[in-house]
Formats: sequence, C-alpha cells, structure tokens
Amino acid sequence: TVMLGARMALAKSAEEMIAAFTGGAQITGEGLTLTAPEIAENGNTVPVEVDAPGAEAIMILATGNPNPDVGVFHFGPLAGAQMASTRIRLAGTQEVVAIARMSDGSFARAAQEVKVTIGGCGG
Amino acid sequence: MAENVTPRVRVPKEAAAGEVITIKTLISHPMESGQRKDKEGNLIPRSIINRFTCAFNGETVIDVAMEPAISTNPYFEFQAKVPQSGTFTFTWIDDDGSTYEDSKDIAVA
Repeated sequence: TVMLGARMALAKSAEEMIAAFTGGAQITGEGLTLTAPEIAENGNTVPVEVDAPGAEAIMILATGNPNPDVGVFHFGPLAGAQMASTRIRLAGTQEVVAIARMSDGSFARAAQEVKVTIGGCGG
Repeated sequence: MAENVTPRVRVPKEAAAGEVITIKTLISHPMESGQRKDKEGNLIPRSIINRFTCAFNGETVIDVAMEPAISTNPYFEFQAKVPQSGTFTFTWIDDDGSTYEDSKDIAVA
C-alpha cells in the first residue's frame, strides 16, 4: 500500500492535465463532439470518437482512471478532418472528457458519462 | 519488449485529387499499462506504444501521443486529404525504442 500511495501522489489530476494543455486559458468555445457509449460492458476496450472542425489538437481524459491521460491527437496539414476514433480503457464508471485546441487559439470541451460493467485497469 | 507486433492498415488504392479518405489502422501490441500485477503481486512493468504518426509524402496527417489508457492492439480511424498520387507512411514508436512501420501507395487518377 505504500507503493500505491506513492504512485497515486505522482499521478496528475485531470484538472492539472487540462491546465497544462490550455495554459490556463478559459475554455469557452464550442464545436467539439465526443462520442462514447453510455454503457460499456467491457472497460478494457471502449470506443470513443472526437470531432472538432478547425482543431489543431484534441486531448482525451478518463477522469476516473488512476492516470487520467489517454492521449492527444495532433492534426497536420493533410488531415482530411479534425476527427479520430480509437478504443480506450476505463477503470470504472466515469466521465470521459475531451478538450480541443482550435486554430484560433480558443479551447472547447465535451464530456460523456460512461457506465462500465467490468473495469479495464485491474489485474 | 513486445513480441509479434504486426501493423495492419486499410487505405483505398485510388482517390480523386483533393479527396478526403478514411484510414483505419490496427497494431497488435499488449499495451501493458504498468498498473497490473502478476500472480505473485509484483507490478508488471509498463510497455506501451507511446506515439503513432501518419504522413503522406512526408507531410503530417495525424500525430498521436498515446498513454497506457489506450487499449490493447491500438486502433485508430481518421481522415486524410489526398492532393496527388503518393505514399502514406505509418509509424508506431514503442517505449523500448523500437519503431514499427507500414506504408501504402495511393493513385490519383
């Protein structure tokens, strides 16, 4: 339990990760869509899709995981759309959050509560 | 080090100039999160792919920073613009420094 405590202390909170991503800027914009299931039977592989026309980057966070960061999508000049789908692990029922950095420097947020029947971070 | 890592990529063979196409990628990899324990209760060390990139003729389509919360056998679906005939290159970068690569040609009629 000492080990676990040390690791928990090292893990950054979702709020800290969002602040690092936005540089503390207000999240005022709209135009980000996060698609995730309302109920996921298996937390080991939960499909999520983010879509934010005009975004430079989109960060995904699993706010209820021991480590909330999931990934950051950076879109290059040949991205056909600023959207992506992947599959993620959720330790249990929680809110999945996405933050988009738009090309005009503004930020947008979207969130979806996902109920997980079998968690995806255990042994 | 992860074994039997095999990338699979689906890209159309042809497109119209300027067309936006959908690309799907899957790579077999355990994405060991570093949070699981073995039968003896010891932590299994983290071993993940931490970055994925797709480029077309050297220009970036997408560049993904990946954390252990990405599922086993990482899957990505995204869209790319095809200005002319050329080659998509796909690169996955492992924690252990290994890189896994694949490429697909596409023809613009």
